[in-house]
Amino acid sequence: MTQTQTTPTKQPSWFSRLAHPGVYLSWSAHLVVPLIVLTIVTFGIGLWYAFFNSPPDYQMGETVRIMYIHVPNAWLSQMVYAIMAVSAVGSLVWRHPLADVSMKAAAPLGAAFTAVALFTGALWGRPTWGTFWEWDGRMTSTLILFLMYIGLVALWSTFNDQSKGARTIAVFTLVGAINIPIIKFSVDWWNTLHQPSIISTEGLSMPASIATPLLVMMLAFTLLFFTLHMVAMRSEILRRRANNLERRHIAQQMEAKQ
Amino acid sequence: MNGFFTIILQDLKLAIRNGGSTITLLTFYISIGVIMPIAIGPDKQLLAALSPSIVWIAALLSTLLGLERLFVADHEDGTLLVFTHADISMPAIALAKLVAHWLITALPLILATPILAVMLFMDWPTFTAIILALLLGSPALIALGGVGAAIAVTLKRGGVIAPILIMPLAIPVLIFGISATNSIAGPGASNAALLFLSAFSLLTLAFAPFAIALALRTAAE
Repeated sequence: MTQTQTTPTKQPSWFSRLAHPGVYLSWSAHLVVPLIVLTIVTFGIGLWYAFFNSPPDYQMGETVRIMYIHVPNAWLSQMVYAIMAVSAVGSLVWRHPLADVSMKAAAPLGAAFTAVALFTGALWGRPTWGTFWEWDGRMTSTLILFLMYIGLVALWSTFNDQSKGARTIAVFTLVGAINIPIIKFSVDWWNTLHQPSIISTEGLSMPASIATPLLVMMLAFTLLFFTLHMVAMRSEILRRRANNLERRHIAQQMEAKQ
Repeated sequence: MNGFFTIILQDLKLAIRNGGSTITLLTFYISIGVIMPIAIGPDKQLLAALSPSIVWIAALLSTLLGLERLFVADHEDGTLLVFTHADISMPAIALAKLVAHWLITALPLILATPILAVMLFMDWPTFTAIILALLLGSPALIALGGVGAAIAVTLKRGGVIAPILIMPLAIPVLIFGISATNSIAGPGASNAALLFLSAFSLLTLAFAPFAIALALRTAAE
């Protein structure tokens, strides 16, 4: 291999310096513990508000407290997909390894948050609407979103070469991102066609006593996501390094045998 | 532009000479029409009422089943690699493959629909409506299916994953397709659903070739 001449490269921007996987590992290491503490404190405040410092709803009674878990998870189910779509753009346009890692780490988290949203929705629906499940537009599109997350997680597990898989998965993530609004619209259309809307989740006039715990809980769950996402990204980077080391080790052993 | 039609013609020739797969697909399509009445019961009115839904489910499942081979053969014999160096752009090649695939799989299915119509006691207005809806909706199924096939092309265990990925994305086709069939055939005809179905087909046909091209280029690397 001939010595390639060193071209005067321009200084990388602050963003690409921070996004280098190795540099990311070092600066995120300082953030993990503060994030965990912040998440726990916010959850503490939020749960205290939700359970002890907010009134029961005049119609739903105590079951209104399910909302403080349900709504944040429903919100995250969509935010996580948006983060995956942004990472997919980063992965396709700049071929950035950190974007791949972010995309991969977000998929199971999104699936989990969506599952919790669906589950708590069913628990909430039983006492208030009298049924665990209804083919309501919003529930149906959340269920479809859940299926898409599961498909993505399954797709990641089928690729042996994760960096090659990332570009392919990014394509699918973006196709899904274009389709999600269309699916949502079509499901709403289908729902109004099949059944007159008997259930209205609208019109929850929200006094401050309910809005405060809800907003704190949403913040807490969002922090929880960012904490888990960061930890998952760190372990994914380390896992890839460990795999590379293992491969190199095996190669060296093979060489020694010959 | 020449290469575009060459690819379509070549795929058609291969399909005609190999025969098999289209026949298998048609058999699968008609089999669904056979097992549905057995599962539901031979009630004429019930079957007629459910017939648009049954035909759409049969069409969706058959299209997903036919996906598997769309790019696999090209990947195995190295044609994909040749495509990446071809004179015409990769999205154009992807579109040509989609057109050919539509002619090989979707068109025979639509032509076989009269058999299902007879078995399911479909009335004439429903039948004409469903043919129209299938013609307008099947391009979207093929285009989305092509994306799934391109993503799964390098995977050893890719057979099942593509349908799982594509099924949620194909839900709008199913909804607008059945709704279009019912609204044309039923009283108070309106073609809003049919227009949405066409719009969805055009949209997917517009972006699918680019997505497929990206995925195939990664696969060929």
